[in-house]
Amino acid sequence: MSASVTMLSPMPRAETAPTVPAAENAVPVKVQINDVGFFYGKFRALKGVTLPLHDRRVTAFIGPSGCGKSTLLRILNRIYELYPNQTATGEVVVDGENILSPGLDLNLVRSKIGMVFQKPTPFPMSIHDNIAFGIKLYERLPKSELDDRIESALRRAALWDEVKDKLRQSGLGLSGGQQQRLCIARAIAVEPEILLLDEPASALDPISTQRIEELIAELKSDYCIAIVTHNMQQAARSSDFTAFMYLGELIEFDVTERIFTAPRVKRTEDYITGRFG
Amino acid sequence: MQLYTRRRLSNYVVVALSLGATAFGLLFLAFVLGTLLKYGVGALNLTLFTQTTPPPGSSGGLINAIFGSLVMTVIATLVGTPTGILAGTFLAEYAHNSRLGEVVRFINDILLSAPSIIIGLFVYTILVVPMGHFSAWAGAVALAIIMIPVIVRTTEDMLSLVPTTLREAAAALGAPKWKIVVTVTYRSAVQGMLTGVLLAVARISGETAPLLFTALNNQFFSTDLNAPMANLPAVIFQFAMSPYADWQALAWAGALLITATILVLNIGARMFASWSGLQK
Repeated sequence: MSASVTMLSPMPRAETAPTVPAAENAVPVKVQINDVGFFYGKFRALKGVTLPLHDRRVTAFIGPSGCGKSTLLRILNRIYELYPNQTATGEVVVDGENILSPGLDLNLVRSKIGMVFQKPTPFPMSIHDNIAFGIKLYERLPKSELDDRIESALRRAALWDEVKDKLRQSGLGLSGGQQQRLCIARAIAVEPEILLLDEPASALDPISTQRIEELIAELKSDYCIAIVTHNMQQAARSSDFTAFMYLGELIEFDVTERIFTAPRVKRTEDYITGRFG
Repeated sequence: MQLYTRRRLSNYVVVALSLGATAFGLLFLAFVLGTLLKYGVGALNLTLFTQTTPPPGSSGGLINAIFGSLVMTVIATLVGTPTGILAGTFLAEYAHNSRLGEVVRFINDILLSAPSIIIGLFVYTILVVPMGHFSAWAGAVALAIIMIPVIVRTTEDMLSLVPTTLREAAAALGAPKWKIVVTVTYRSAVQGMLTGVLLAVARISGETAPLLFTALNNQFFSTDLNAPMANLPAVIFQFAMSPYADWQALAWAGALLITATILVLNIGARMFASWSGLQK
């Protein structure tokens, strides 16, 4: 399924190797999540989660509300640290470095790991400045180069044609779907290596959702993407790997096709077929 | 059916009571404004803005008091606004759930409702007594102290309204905290914060008690911030209590001026809020 999405995509791409399931395990691992646990105060929200996120692949996290999938995503860029009383244990190894170790420059870590949230979060500034915001944090570019970067980010997010004549207008004036693509453009403009998508399409209408999914298929040639979704069709359509989580534990992790056709764990099958609960 | 009738009846009663209470409040407001207009408009003329306060029995204006009020309000605003905004930012962004934040918030609420005469006495003790004389500086400081808790409160409230997802989105791009506050959070809350500042200015421009202990009053035009300075509230107080008709007329004119200024500031604050609200 995932392979066919890639092949049918109209955009030209560098990657030509067929992504058949059998070859999937050979894909390099970008992020290794090792025995990760998480506490909201004393409440244990995650326990012993271990799985890899492969480079240039989409990994989907599914499971009922409260299963810890969003929590896991929020560990991967340490965004949870904005709040007191939230602690993570275990390790998250990105390119050989444990990003949960305390000595790291948190902001530098986050600049390498982009995140898009459930509700669109355009900043109260122009479309141009929304994207320039992230770039200017770590790079000092001449104006022409900055404009080029903004254009290419908007093009990659499939938003350029809709906004190229109103870059100076407020980002808040866009529609919900456009705002979400603006947020994706903003995230990829800083050239991260990993993209975390926390239910990026759940607040959008079906057409916008489809555009976001096309975008994910398009972006995966460059990024390691992790997506949390409540929509199982979406997980089946747009991911290469799927992790099913339940009550803070990782129940099953496999190639998406296998999860959706021949899950090994009964509970996964129950959830996927809607017999859960 | 009976239940429905009873509900309708109680609805009428409550609506009538609410209307009555509103009318009662508005009546006194209209009464005050009416009296002010009746006696104040007659006393308005150009010499108010060209001549200083006169000795009894001769004609004069209020220019020294207008100037003094303006100067002290501006200084107080220049001191109070950054202090209040920074403290409000601390409460909303840095000490949201901390013990220190709770204590500061509690003290600020007390300060917010502290009688202004107490603040006047406080500044009298810490500035006027050591300096040995009343001064415009002391007046401005007293006004700033009244202003700060108002701005702290509105700033904190406005910043708390900014969705946390916006902060998370900025943090996820790798923005340091100060950058998030300055470029994202302030920008989202700027209209509310400015409205708060305008309302605080309106609040201090009519304060009398703190000025009586600090800036006192001055019969002459003075630009010396180290000396007593005339100001509208104190002049109104002095002239209204006097037995001289021309002084009383000047007090009415001054009262009308202050009221009109506060009205303009309040309307301005509201217009600003709704105008920038539309911009979104």
